[in-house]
Amino acid sequence: MIRHLLSAADLDLATATTLLDSAEQMFAIQHREVKKLPTLRGRTVVNLFFEDSTRTRSSFEIAGKWLSADVINISAKGSSVSKGESLRDTALTVAAMGVDALVVRHASSGAVARITEWVQCPVINAGDGTHEHPTQALLDAFSLRQRLGELRGRHVVIVGDLTHSRVARSNVLLLATLGARVTLVAPPTLMPSGVASWKCDRSWDLDDVLCGRAFGDVDAVMMLRVQRERMSGGYFPTEREYAIGYGLSPRRLALLPEHAPVLHPGPMNRGLEISSAAADSARSIVLDQVKAGVAVRMSVLYHLLAGDQQPAPVLEEAVR
Amino acid sequence: MSIEPDEQVNSAHAPQVEPTAKTVLQADDISRILDRIAHQILEKTSGGTGVVLLGIPTRGRYLAQRLAERIRSFGAVEVGLGELDITLHRDDLRRSAPRPLGRTVEPVGGVDGKLVILVDDVLFSGRTVRAALDAMTDLGRPRAVQLAVLVDRGHRELPIRADYVGKNLPTASEEQVHVRLAEHDGLDAVIIERGVGR
Repeated sequence: MIRHLLSAADLDLATATTLLDSAEQMFAIQHREVKKLPTLRGRTVVNLFFEDSTRTRSSFEIAGKWLSADVINISAKGSSVSKGESLRDTALTVAAMGVDALVVRHASSGAVARITEWVQCPVINAGDGTHEHPTQALLDAFSLRQRLGELRGRHVVIVGDLTHSRVARSNVLLLATLGARVTLVAPPTLMPSGVASWKCDRSWDLDDVLCGRAFGDVDAVMMLRVQRERMSGGYFPTEREYAIGYGLSPRRLALLPEHAPVLHPGPMNRGLEISSAAADSARSIVLDQVKAGVAVRMSVLYHLLAGDQQPAPVLEEAVR
Repeated sequence: MSIEPDEQVNSAHAPQVEPTAKTVLQADDISRILDRIAHQILEKTSGGTGVVLLGIPTRGRYLAQRLAERIRSFGAVEVGLGELDITLHRDDLRRSAPRPLGRTVEPVGGVDGKLVILVDDVLFSGRTVRAALDAMTDLGRPRAVQLAVLVDRGHRELPIRADYVGKNLPTASEEQVHVRLAEHDGLDAVIIERGVGR
């Protein structure tokens, strides 16, 4: 089993399958009267969030608490980070308190991986810039497995702001590992550089892909949020034009086969990348994804923390 | 704390049976033992009314299934049947690599107010049963809980005893008891392996 979870590329088929299978057992806990297991009693997990987050942070917090871990949330706002403390000093300070795992979100790609060079406890990437968000990919795969069963050979279409999407990167990696086919659809301006090396097909024509003409029948479609907060230039002329070209409208929803679910990592821009008709349809599994998120994160925390590890504050060389 | 040796062995990685290994129960023995335990359950529970069998994975689930079939056959009564994975309630999670989780399958009708009989293959230190008692509180509040095991090999570390014992098997602590069941291992047998430390 892995020591850190930084990228979906860290997960081979066996590891990913183990995490997803364990998540299925964790999922049942949500339906129990007492949602508490003693598994991580005495362990301390710190959610270190340098970027705003509601669902991911809450999801990790609930996951840790349901496993009886002590969960502490540290956000950049109101912490020493806002006083100018460096990433390294913050990480070393928190690790020196004897925590057992760090769950880190950061606006800079690669920042979470850097932290693993300074601390010895397991580090989980909860999203780093436009790079990766592996637990989101795991929960998406979990939701797809719940709806479609075996993912090998399934065709998943990911649509939208791919340039800024860490979710898309992690999903392409994990779905390929699980044997699914992925097609990315986006306007040329939002297709990331280097995408040619990714294990997926690409298209600019959403209608062509959804009706199965381009790459065969579609088994699921994942709409991505247009990340206005990361956009500094004109990636598309107007939001209306984007919605017409790449939004999941009722007409496009009708192009999908009946069995194909609609996913969205949230938060949704209704009327932009997804219409309310699609978001609220019976095919939408957006809330199932949220439920899956807690189970998957419980599984990750269990597999990373329930070993013969002792809290080890900091690497000696890091403080020299 | 060490775990029950039989739980350490997956059929895919079963130890080579060396000359030091001795088969103490064959398929016929196990079949007769399960017949007897099924009759004892019917006798002790006034005909099996309100009884739920919870098998502890891996092999306890198959034993529970076999007992349920026998109780149905002998007593014409349908007992509840479920599975109870105890992995997340173990007290040795810090001492070994994380284990894959087994399934917990709640019996139809739940466990509230029922007479739950936990079913496992080997009773050893008692720690698995302790974890099972904790895990069961997640499912509900039974009227009473009993324990049925195929083999009791002694060396208890907690004040736990079985209500139904297939065979009391005196062992040395350095020996290992391997239960093999056809559903999981392709054959029925109980084997003692000597000279393997806990």
